[in-house]
Amino acid sequence: MTILIDKQAKVKESFQPKGFLRYFSFSLDHKVIGIQYLVCGFLFYLVGGTLASAIRIELISPLSDFLPRDVYNQILTLHGTIMIFLWIVPVVNGAFGNYLIPFYVGARDMAFPRLNAVAFWLIPPSGLMLIASYFIEGASQSGWTAYPPLSITTPQSGQIIWILSVLLLGGSSIFGGINFIVTILKLRRPGLKLMNLPMYCWAMLGTSILVVLSTPVLAGTLILLSFDIVAHTGFFNPALGGNVVVYQHLFWFYSHPAVYIMVLPAFGLVSEILPIHCRKPLFGYTTMVFSIMGIVILGLVVWAHHMFTSGTPPWMRLFFTIATAFIAVPTGIKFFNWVATMWGGKISLNSAMLFSCGFIINFVFGGITGVALAQVPFDIHVHDTYFVVAHFHYIVYGGSVFVIFSSIYHWYPKVVGKLLNETLGYLHFALTFIGFNLCFAPQHWLGLNGMPRRVAEYDPQFQFVNQISSLGALFMAISTIPFLINVFISIKKGKIAGNNPWNGLTPEWLTTSPPPVENWEGEAPLVNEPYGYGKDYHS
Amino acid sequence: MLNKSYYLILIISIIIGISFWIGFNVNLLPEEASINAPIYDELFKILFIIGLILFIGMTALVIYSLFKFRKKEGEFGDGIALEGNLSLEIIWTVIPSIIVLFVGIYSYNIYDRMGGMNELNHNHHNLNTNSEKIWAGISQGNNSNSGLGETAIEVSAMQFAFLFNYPQGEFISGELHVPVDQQISIKMESKDVIHAFWIPEFRIKQDIIPGQPTILNFTPTKIGKYPIICAELCGPYHGGMRASIIVEDKSDYERWFNQNNKTNL
Repeated sequence: MTILIDKQAKVKESFQPKGFLRYFSFSLDHKVIGIQYLVCGFLFYLVGGTLASAIRIELISPLSDFLPRDVYNQILTLHGTIMIFLWIVPVVNGAFGNYLIPFYVGARDMAFPRLNAVAFWLIPPSGLMLIASYFIEGASQSGWTAYPPLSITTPQSGQIIWILSVLLLGGSSIFGGINFIVTILKLRRPGLKLMNLPMYCWAMLGTSILVVLSTPVLAGTLILLSFDIVAHTGFFNPALGGNVVVYQHLFWFYSHPAVYIMVLPAFGLVSEILPIHCRKPLFGYTTMVFSIMGIVILGLVVWAHHMFTSGTPPWMRLFFTIATAFIAVPTGIKFFNWVATMWGGKISLNSAMLFSCGFIINFVFGGITGVALAQVPFDIHVHDTYFVVAHFHYIVYGGSVFVIFSSIYHWYPKVVGKLLNETLGYLHFALTFIGFNLCFAPQHWLGLNGMPRRVAEYDPQFQFVNQISSLGALFMAISTIPFLINVFISIKKGKIAGNNPWNGLTPEWLTTSPPPVENWEGEAPLVNEPYGYGKDYHS
Repeated sequence: MLNKSYYLILIISIIIGISFWIGFNVNLLPEEASINAPIYDELFKILFIIGLILFIGMTALVIYSLFKFRKKEGEFGDGIALEGNLSLEIIWTVIPSIIVLFVGIYSYNIYDRMGGMNELNHNHHNLNTNSEKIWAGISQGNNSNSGLGETAIEVSAMQFAFLFNYPQGEFISGELHVPVDQQISIKMESKDVIHAFWIPEFRIKQDIIPGQPTILNFTPTKIGKYPIICAELCGPYHGGMRASIIVEDKSDYERWFNQNNKTNL
């Protein structure tokens, strides 16, 4: 083990450019790669957010009057693809996973540092390529789901570039997944048992299993789709005897687990943040572990609930209803456990805690609409409407993105060595929480009453509610300003954080802020009770 | 202790009371204009009430904890070292499982009442040309004995319009006219990409998939004009792909039908 660690450290040092430049290099340091993922993801978030603003501006009036119709479809496709594949998936997995997992298992780096760097460096070019497709002959217009035959009949270059870039991003995701599985299972410090790992490790283990099992299916599907487009094969082209529903099955076999790939790591991060700021052990560690694994298993067998109106046979609808609804059980356990973690604690209500609580409230709401959507008869009316749009934004924005912000407030002091300004943090939270709910809550009503998704024009009776939603989007756009000011100003002017500003017990707090290249001076500490708050030996 | 549990019961009852009140008094759904709609709305009401109880309960717990257990100025030290409570954890595994199971069985029942569980191929022989496989939409066979009913209409969807073919009158219309209180059977086909046939007031939706002719049955119950909306992204003018369904009195429908009927000529 020591030999391995020394070797890792030596390789790392020889590859390190110094200072700020290392963030632009092919660095092998997991901490540098984590920050690369985060900053790169955030830049794409700004792009995706700008596109979302364009959509909300178009929807202020019921006519298609702000953007040309085909451009509108390109924008909604880019918005979805960027937010999923370039912002949430890389950040909740790549950014926090790379930064934290080696600390949590007591290693100097990830198992495969070069693979790790390759996984990151696939992202910027494929993201830029995706955006560039807009300027060539227009980006893909078939939505992030790219359902054939629409994806076969719309302009080719945009669709092919979309496929290529999603393939590369999928590859990056698989490399990351393999790396996390091996690191968590094989690189643990001697004496550290699996059941003593911080919860984020379990979340990342579960997520990585999903990534490795399901992403190749998406890759295969998209390759077949590209054959249909460029070589005029007929896998999914009904004109040539293909079957479009097969594409949907294959696509959702990845893309439903993709939702868990976006939220399971977020669940893990919240499980790290809450105990520290509540000064209490994580409630129900063992049930948490089992519920993560339960979600992983169930998450693989629910995909057809996206296809209840696609001519699926009755028995299939029934099976997928029940499987989907049952995911609520392990998910519910986690939420009850978090509330129980807060109960009887000594809570510091700082920005990290506020965003985590915002996450709990938003996600419970999104989860409830999710259980309703799992019911076939319910889904049939609202499928492909704004109700669904609202539901999944409650999951991926109200859930994952709130956790990303919470995590930034929580770990910024470790990474930078300075604290973020709390007043700006409160402002950021208030704007985001109000803006988010104002934007998406009314969309449930829109869907129930007859507004389909992915439209540039709509029935004038929906104008007022759409304007409220757009106002919410404006709040969300403004909310990034205090956040960005905070992050930039605090680098220089923030209060010195010290090594352990929150008095945390997880291993990343037991080293300097920022940590040295080898993570610890000397041997990695053995942390057998990452949540041992309130015990005698810790005061 | 006794006092405390009284409070708890009181609070839970208040939350349940509020949820029921909202569930019965706030209508979030459009008009009910088919026999499916009231069945759907019944399911919606139940899900809405259960959802409200859970949501209000969880939100109240989070906000209460934030106030009650907030660290006071200058206070140090940790909360209680409580790592779990098996009986509590069992409770919040079992109760949600029961709720989910109840909801699942209940919605299965609703789905069955909507006609979703009927095997299609048994009662629609006359639309089923020999080799063609017809796919099942929801709500076929609401009146299982009447089979196809008198009103069979063929719907073709294309970028970016719906066309309605009345085979018995050999004419094509841009509007879907149907008689009220009678089961309508439509056979849908797509000429190009995937579309979807959605009438919000009827609470039905079915994708129209190229290469898979699909049957959809429904029974309108209210005279009026309702939108037919394409719900599946089908290209640049997707948002404009709409048509109308006009539900009318039997005599009005027959007058309209005879005006257009080409077999009479």
